[in-house]
Amino acid sequence: MRLAQLLSALLAGLLFGSGLILAGMTNPEKVRAFLDLGGKWDPSLALVMAAAIAVAMPAYAWSKRRGTTLAGVPVALSVRRRIDRQLLCGSVVFGIGWGLLGVCPGPGLVAAASGDGGALVFVAAMSAGMLLAGRLSRQ
Amino acid sequence: MNMIEIGRLLAGGAAIGAAVALLMLVNGRVAGISGIYRQLLTGRFGQLGWRLAFVLGLCLPGLWLLLHQRALPVAGGMPLLLISGLLVGAGTQLAAGCTSGHGVCGMANLSQRSLVATLTFMGTAMLVRFVAGAL
Repeated sequence: MRLAQLLSALLAGLLFGSGLILAGMTNPEKVRAFLDLGGKWDPSLALVMAAAIAVAMPAYAWSKRRGTTLAGVPVALSVRRRIDRQLLCGSVVFGIGWGLLGVCPGPGLVAAASGDGGALVFVAAMSAGMLLAGRLSRQ
Repeated sequence: MNMIEIGRLLAGGAAIGAAVALLMLVNGRVAGISGIYRQLLTGRFGQLGWRLAFVLGLCLPGLWLLLHQRALPVAGGMPLLLISGLLVGAGTQLAAGCTSGHGVCGMANLSQRSLVATLTFMGTAMLVRFVAGAL
């Protein structure tokens, strides 16, 4: 069963990365065009997200009801409900970074794997930011 | 936008949704990329298994493009790349989620917390684009 879980995680990653590329979400200009409401607005990102949510929603509802997965392991869904300052501040900080360049973690990793220098710099800085914030928030 | 383009967007989105569904149905895990990747940076080796497999799978299409010398360009000056990367890393760590974890998975889970996070980072990013456009 452990092998099945590794294979399904590999396949899930592959589907995710392929989907991002197919939908053009690895193109920062396209993402910025979605974020730029004032310019020539490009609704692509909203369409991609809506399709993804629509496909995932039944699987989440079913898993939540069942409590265990097809591989027999418990479902690990977040039980956090609190909307606190850390959630809001973190989202604002993430939003500034996302808005500046038009790259979020998934597309950043995919583009870095494709060997692009700019994406590699972005991912290196993102990794540093994660470790730094992790250290600060523990103190 | 023509029908072919819309079809591509929906197919891409459906593939992402299928990935999210698969990771939940078999592994019981949320496909939040920032969290999975951060665990790879900080986690103990024993817990890395499925996360390593997921990130490897995520990167495979990129590696395929690398082999064919068709890199996906992220254009920007060094300060922009560094500042944006730092903010995205720190922000997603504090908010415990990004576009995938809150925006897709959390929304699919009908989580109010994730809805608030998504509206906040999307609204902020739109504001940043508005300001950048005005400058």
